[in-house]
Amino acid sequence: MMPQTMFDKIWDQHVVEDLGDGVQLLHVDRHLMHELSGHRGQLELKARGIRMRNPGLTIGSMDHVVSTAPGAKGGNAPWADKMIDTFRLESRLAGVKIYDIGQDGQGIVHVVGPELGFTLPGVTLLCGDSHTCTHGALGALAWGIGTSELTHVLATQTIVQQRPKTMCAHFDGKPARAVTAKDMILALIGKIGTAGGVGYAVEYAGEAIRGLEMEGRLTVCNLSIELGAKTGMVAPDEKTYAYLKGRRHAPTGALWDQALASWKTLPSDAEARFDLEYAIDCSSLAPQITWGTSPEDVIGVDGTIPGNKPEALAYMGLTAGKPIAGTKVDRVFIGSCTNSRLPDLRAAAEVVRGRKAAKHVNAWVVPGSWRIKQDAEAEGLHQIFLEAGFEWREAGCSLCVGVNGDLVEPQARCVSTSNRNFVGRQGPQARTHLASPAMAAAAAIAGEIVDVRSF
Amino acid sequence: MFDLFNVNKFQTLTAIAAPFPQKNVDTDLIIRIERCTGTPKEELGKYAFEMARFLPGGAENPDFVLNQPRYRKAQIMVCGEFFGTGSSREVAVWALESLGVRCVIAPSFGQIFFNNCFQNSLLAIVLPAPEVEALMRKASQPDAAPFTVDLAQQTINGTVHFDVAPRNKKMLLEGLDEIGLTLAMEPKIAAFQAADRLRRPWIYPS
Repeated sequence: MMPQTMFDKIWDQHVVEDLGDGVQLLHVDRHLMHELSGHRGQLELKARGIRMRNPGLTIGSMDHVVSTAPGAKGGNAPWADKMIDTFRLESRLAGVKIYDIGQDGQGIVHVVGPELGFTLPGVTLLCGDSHTCTHGALGALAWGIGTSELTHVLATQTIVQQRPKTMCAHFDGKPARAVTAKDMILALIGKIGTAGGVGYAVEYAGEAIRGLEMEGRLTVCNLSIELGAKTGMVAPDEKTYAYLKGRRHAPTGALWDQALASWKTLPSDAEARFDLEYAIDCSSLAPQITWGTSPEDVIGVDGTIPGNKPEALAYMGLTAGKPIAGTKVDRVFIGSCTNSRLPDLRAAAEVVRGRKAAKHVNAWVVPGSWRIKQDAEAEGLHQIFLEAGFEWREAGCSLCVGVNGDLVEPQARCVSTSNRNFVGRQGPQARTHLASPAMAAAAAIAGEIVDVRSF
Repeated sequence: MFDLFNVNKFQTLTAIAAPFPQKNVDTDLIIRIERCTGTPKEELGKYAFEMARFLPGGAENPDFVLNQPRYRKAQIMVCGEFFGTGSSREVAVWALESLGVRCVIAPSFGQIFFNNCFQNSLLAIVLPAPEVEALMRKASQPDAAPFTVDLAQQTINGTVHFDVAPRNKKMLLEGLDEIGLTLAMEPKIAAFQAADRLRRPWIYPS
């Protein structure tokens, strides 16, 4: 048999019908919904008078429009509450399990999918959200879709798709202290650009990827879309299986054994060929931080601000040729589907412990899920943040996307653990610097962009 | 049997083309997320490119290409590299359509945006960068004539050839509805699931 990549194996197992010219009808094993894109698809389906085909293969949660104010139990505007109610009602009528506000299982869909064991190796997983590529960290084939494709999934449990090419990104070497999964993937985006992955499904491989725990792999795969890629994935291994075992939606008993045997056949064959390969030496990486308005505008924190994008610098209020370190910050956001998991919060707390946020900095910690918030509190992490003057908030997307009203003020500068530093992403005229949780925490303490290795 | 929904066709279009060379135009820039929360599709145009089209305070930004008198009625946009990157929001496509845009031409597109275009009837054309730049120069000339995009012939202005995936071409030319087409394949989906339940029973909750 021809050696195959993991991507090819999973894709081939899901072909319902070949539609010709490289386009195939694929089965969708897992579908995740959130209130913002989910309710719109539900209403489109209803308008067409079509019943949802396989409600048991979908779960949902509330993340985009929920208020993350401490103690909040809903949206923070009447339209948000209405949307949440519509999503609840339509999900109940269709028989879709929803993990609702205040329940174990609620949170950012790309955090709770893996957390609940809903995401599994070898599945196709879709969601009406571009960061669905996150789930590839478990060896799933996962990507984001728009409303029309979402409606198609609800109606047919399938998706019509053009087969992408394959890319392998090798992360070699051992990263230095304070160099994290976030820094690794930002470095790749800086190297090949945000359009570098267009047309490709990316597999992340190499010693540094194997060395990451699941949460770090989720961070790497999360930024695949910022690489322009269709999806990103990591081959499942013992860490994956240990992570999944016993989780709520994961198989049990004989089904677990059967699934495990199948998952072990998924990794790319040794002789498999990729259409494109890149290598990153992680041993020489510094903690990364973005300076512009695209995730590709990234440098080591010990670097100087480049002059190749004057418009981006004007927007960001920065001067070419100056060191990025020492740039004064107003806001810090630790959260989002990129970096809101328990190890992320631990890494930030480690930096914050026994220190205070600078007086002029408004720093937020927004756990990715209800469960993470409880677990973090059980460890006392919230106390560390609160004593340092940070806000400790409810789970949701929050300042990553701002649709719930959590916004950065015009021209304010925010070091953020999220995934997009686009113009206006965190609010009109807001200035975003993407970095790891430890770097964000250090910026909050110092009141300026600072090399966390100096802490 | 389900009725096939009537999707707008795209066959030929003769219209003003606006040059928009900015690279990495993301869907947040095309439409802010808070505009995705219930505005009817047809009205989304008023929010398209909001942050670039209007100055703080609400007045029109005279520098923005679609605010210039000659491009106000543009239905074709000739764009920079990686147009439509970022979020999966299909409202970005609806906002462009509501604004009257029916064709976008660029060296590359965000892939979810690209798929969303063909789920509607917005024709997204990928051309090599030098050809896009030539079209941009042409659209920028003071006396620029309208462009003609012919999907059946796969040409722009009769001379520039473009590639389009055969299925996407057929969907737009005939105004086909993908959900309707797939629903007609229900027996194949049912057969796949029946076989798959035996092969991978853990996928299907009992």
